Amino acid sequence: MSIPGSWYLVLAAVLFSIGAIGLLVRRNVLVMFMCIELMLNAANLTFVTFSRVLHDIGGQAAVFFVLVVAAAEVVIGLGIVVAIFRRRTNTTADDLHSLKG
Amino acid sequence: MSPAMLATSITIPDLITFIVAGAFVLGGAIGVVTSRNSVHAALSLVLTLFGVAVLFVAQHADFLAAVQVIVYAGAIVVLFLFVIMFLGVDRQEDIESEPLRGQRPLALVLIAIALGSLIALFVNANWVTGARSATGSTAGGGHTNVYLLGKSVFTTYLFAFEATAALLVIAVVGAVVLARRPSGGLLDEPDAEAESDEEPAPEAGSDAVSADDELEPDGDPATRQEVPR
Repeated sequence: MSIPGSWYLVLAAVLFSIGAIGLLVRRNVLVMFMCIELMLNAANLTFVTFSRVLHDIGGQAAVFFVLVVAAAEVVIGLGIVVAIFRRRTNTTADDLHSLKG
Repeated sequence: MSPAMLATSITIPDLITFIVAGAFVLGGAIGVVTSRNSVHAALSLVLTLFGVAVLFVAQHADFLAAVQVIVYAGAIVVLFLFVIMFLGVDRQEDIESEPLRGQRPLALVLIAIALGSLIALFVNANWVTGARSATGSTAGGGHTNVYLLGKSVFTTYLFAFEATAALLVIAVVGAVVLARRPSGGLLDEPDAEAESDEEPAPEAGSDAVSADDELEPDGDPATRQEVPR
């Protein structure tokens, strides 16, 4: 008997929480992006765990599509970061106040 | 069946694998959140991704583990490192200062509440409930994991698969459009205009060139900090 699914679910929940804390606390846009990746990985781990426990391959197919979407999201997100911040001196999210009234 | 009943029959190699990979995952995640250098955060992210790949293997998701290593650790992290290097590797974030007062304790409290309620929800729902699939098993039945996943993707989820093709094309076009070099200098560099006023006027037509030169943000010694080796 292998590790029960509940352990994986708790681990994924903790990983998601760490990613969410980083997203809320950090100011560097690139590190915030990495925290989003952490949260996506936590969701992937949950999908795979449910896939194993419920004997359903659909969970792994969902992870496959999450991977594709994550790759596209990173490409576009980093493109936006480069487009914004290559004309600025630092990469913190607090500098994006151009629309402040 | 309760988790306690399942936990009595865990084999030692499975337990060691889970503990080591889980320590990699959580340690890397904490490293991403707490490291002040972006490159260190990216390397901690690699640690987390490899740990997740090991956990995928432990759950018989072999193909996804390979894709995890290739796509995430091989492509996405390298893309992160490219952007970090492009924007300036010696920028360090001042993680001691807190622009919004009380934001960090509030964030910690909110996430702790969310995590606690999530785990309470899991416990209340007996962790994993639902009908077990009779046909789409993740392994076994004489078929490998890659066979089953490929069959699922190309039959049940064929439309979604085609949609991801369109998504990737759109992402490529968007990246090309976003990566074009804009005209103009730094937006928040107050010294740029003053310098151009003091200097003798350069020859006409060199505005674009000088703007490109000012893209390198390391000229200001105030924003430049030495990376501790």
